[in-house]
Amino acid sequence: MLHEITLKINGEEYQVAVKSHHTLLTVLREQLGITSPKRGCENGECGACTVILDGKPVNSCMVLAVEADGSTIETTEGLAKDGNLHPLQEAFIEHNAVQCGFCTPGMLMSAKALLDFNPHPTEEDIKVALAGNLCRCTGYYRIIEAVKDAAVKMEAEK
Amino acid sequence: MSKKQQHTVDPVGKSVPRVDAFEKVTGEAKYVDDMFFGPDMYYGKLVLSPHAHAIIKKVDVSKALAYPGVKAVVTGEDTPYRIGLYMQDRYIFARDRVRYVGEPVAGVIAISEEIAEAAAKLVEVEYEVLEPLFDPYEAAQPGAPLIHPDMESYTWPPFIFPEPGTNVSEHFKLRRGNVSDEGVAQEVWDQCAAIVEQTFRLPPIQHVPIETHVAVALWELDGKVTLWSPSQSPFAQRDLIAQGMGISHGDLRVISPYVGGGFGGKAGVSIEANVVAMARAVKGHPVKVRMTREEEFTTTNVRQSLYAHTKIGCDAEGNLLAMETEYYFGGGGYNDYGVNIARAAGYSCTGPYRIPNVKGDSRSVYTNTPIGSAMRGFGMPEIHWGIEQIMDQLAEKIGMDPAEFRRKNAVRTGDTILTGMKMTPINLVACIDKAKELIGWDEEKKPSAPNKKRGVGIAIMWKAPAMPPNPGSSAIVRFNEDATVNVYVGGQEIGQGAFTVAAQMAAQALGVPFEWVRVSANPVDTKYSPYEWQTVASRITWSMGNAVKRAAEDARRQIIDIVAKYWDEDPEDLDIRDGVVISYKSEREQPLKKMVIYGLPNENYEGWQGGPIIGRGKFMPTYVTNLDPETGQGTRAVVHYTVGAQAVDLEVDTETGQIEIIKIASVYDVGKAINPDLIMTQIEGGAVHGMSSAFEGIFFDKDGRPINASLVDYKIATIQDIPKKVVGDYVETPLPDGPWGARGVGEHVMVQTAPAIANAIYNAIGIRVPDLPLSAEKIYTAIKEKEAKEKGE
Repeated sequence: MLHEITLKINGEEYQVAVKSHHTLLTVLREQLGITSPKRGCENGECGACTVILDGKPVNSCMVLAVEADGSTIETTEGLAKDGNLHPLQEAFIEHNAVQCGFCTPGMLMSAKALLDFNPHPTEEDIKVALAGNLCRCTGYYRIIEAVKDAAVKMEAEK
Repeated sequence: MSKKQQHTVDPVGKSVPRVDAFEKVTGEAKYVDDMFFGPDMYYGKLVLSPHAHAIIKKVDVSKALAYPGVKAVVTGEDTPYRIGLYMQDRYIFARDRVRYVGEPVAGVIAISEEIAEAAAKLVEVEYEVLEPLFDPYEAAQPGAPLIHPDMESYTWPPFIFPEPGTNVSEHFKLRRGNVSDEGVAQEVWDQCAAIVEQTFRLPPIQHVPIETHVAVALWELDGKVTLWSPSQSPFAQRDLIAQGMGISHGDLRVISPYVGGGFGGKAGVSIEANVVAMARAVKGHPVKVRMTREEEFTTTNVRQSLYAHTKIGCDAEGNLLAMETEYYFGGGGYNDYGVNIARAAGYSCTGPYRIPNVKGDSRSVYTNTPIGSAMRGFGMPEIHWGIEQIMDQLAEKIGMDPAEFRRKNAVRTGDTILTGMKMTPINLVACIDKAKELIGWDEEKKPSAPNKKRGVGIAIMWKAPAMPPNPGSSAIVRFNEDATVNVYVGGQEIGQGAFTVAAQMAAQALGVPFEWVRVSANPVDTKYSPYEWQTVASRITWSMGNAVKRAAEDARRQIIDIVAKYWDEDPEDLDIRDGVVISYKSEREQPLKKMVIYGLPNENYEGWQGGPIIGRGKFMPTYVTNLDPETGQGTRAVVHYTVGAQAVDLEVDTETGQIEIIKIASVYDVGKAINPDLIMTQIEGGAVHGMSSAFEGIFFDKDGRPINASLVDYKIATIQDIPKKVVGDYVETPLPDGPWGARGVGEHVMVQTAPAIANAIYNAIGIRVPDLPLSAEKIYTAIKEKEAKEKGE
């Protein structure tokens, strides 16, 4: 059965007919072509599909699309604004916090949700916020440095 | 939106930013599952064996075929071909028998993933269950039931030595010094002041790339075939599938965009041949098959298990004298790739040590477990686990510092090593010294609480690229009108930074700024990309790097020749610096812009010189020799070795068994650091991967079904598990045939982390753990047993 739902994604409003059993991840990827949220496990275990839903980071593989009806969603595609990279994106590049890149969009969204809520995170805060995002390449150190650095730069820009 | 403008001249040796980072942080980077193939794409689901070992009596696909939306079902009947990189032992879909839980038996193709999944459950397979074998040592014993009874009919390359009539798919023999097939001569053992003999066991572990395997194949009506797969080896995939299925190499095109984590798991062929066979059944429609996380554990491939029994002796001064070792790798149901891991473990069986008398036997053995294949380190993490723990015990027995013991016995440049080869240039002693310094080896370290004990440990390693003698690389360098350069390579970007290094090398050799170079390798496309054997074995910086350098030098030479003619000067007096041809003699200058496409006019425009500049380069090692099958001796076993040292500082909580790693210090001899910060990112990621691997294992129930095939039950290191600090450094002893002296380091950085941790645990609490995985429970139990024993005494 199809359900007509409305999603506000990266500032754009989408109306889309979705199947009852399809997850938000499936709808984003397969129906809307928003592919930065990745499929890593489809079980809420790896965090590669993290998006920000109404201000909170969620595993989009664990949310049914119909549950997200009317909500506001942020993905990595919407991070850069007015032709400028988000400070998190810049910091990820500068600190070589990217290797294979598959976990990167999910990491960025978890990190953004953290900084939106807590602009001065401690290292421990960062580790808690990113605990659900698995990375097999980097060993995480550069990711922590990048988030710290972005926090400082965002504060300075205010 | 654009990248930050920079201008980097002479980029080799500089930590320039990654060329792929921008795409990856914006979400623009496309992986196979992100690509769109249109509404006529079908979806496939594999039907997997529920049994570890069984005869297939009958496969009935009629119910599945009748399911609405199903387009075709493919079985072993349709694919009477065996494939394999080294040992051609694997049917694409099982035919007569299944050899592990998770082996593909059939493939259902339907109009949606849901329908394919539902119909896959309707494929009825009748099995006659056979006795499964899980332990490689037991499976190798005479009289064990045969997993591949028709092994003698398989094909394998001349450097692999299987033993048909047994389950041994490869037996590498190393005999050096005063030894026989019985072992090292007793007179040698008699000279030893200390001897340690021990058995070590390692479970299979998985690569756990965050991107699971996925493949899309299209078989066109005219017979042309395209395969999209995230692959470390698009060319090897093309070769194996083309050979196996009788497709011309020219008609099979493999397209491989960014790989979402490889670690060896995406080398060779896994499910890709299945998907090509499925596409053949529905010509004209792309077919997509994605591995679920559970299937990734059961159906793709794993690192092999190992049973190692090793005995090493040294004299009272600490000189190593003798070693006997037996390695039995649990290769899984098919050893198409794994036989070469056993071979590599054989010819490197001593680890990075000078040992004059060695008897080594390394075997890969068929077992009824998932396919054991390449994983970061390729046999080296497995064998160093035991070797490095024995070295520590020998040092203790003769009263020597374990770092000093290693310094004394470490292999050195020019040594005649165990295979009879002269050791290529390295400085392992310098690595040991730097690691000691970084960890503060001689400083006293106090535990942070009364219930904690602190310890330090060290481990060293070596690893050679393990591959056929002649794997080739090639590259093309092509100029554009504005003197930007496209570099074409077939090496793959799997996160290690291959494209960035390729761009640095091309810019350096051409004499243009780094920012002028574009790497045209995403996707790697066998139709357009120059040949590259595989992105494995830490060989890309070295081998692909040589090809890129030569291609750039070829282009540079062409440019200089044109300008020399134009100026009527000697090409020897000309150079290209920062994108401008200069003459050291006349001090004239000629920018590259335009002339690299349009050439330059003769005097008074009486004709023109030059034309579009395209440079080509190739590299293939030509000097690797055969090894004697009875002794493993030969002139040149491998192309070279990379070596390194790691030291670990940790605490053990004696009330819980919990291990907290305070610091890992890693130092490797990279020959030349092309991009120092990318080396550091490998060192950090590798140390965490190495640590994580020590706590990992796939476990099976009594019937061979994996019991922890999910990321909840199979834990990999999260951000909360990492050591407090990873510090690193490198040594630069140039490799004679490396580009600017460089050699690879991508795998080495995790090889000896587990034994370094084990040695530090021993240093902290006096307990040795011979079997992986480590766990707090295991350490806690061992502490309690030790306490009980000490009380009893």
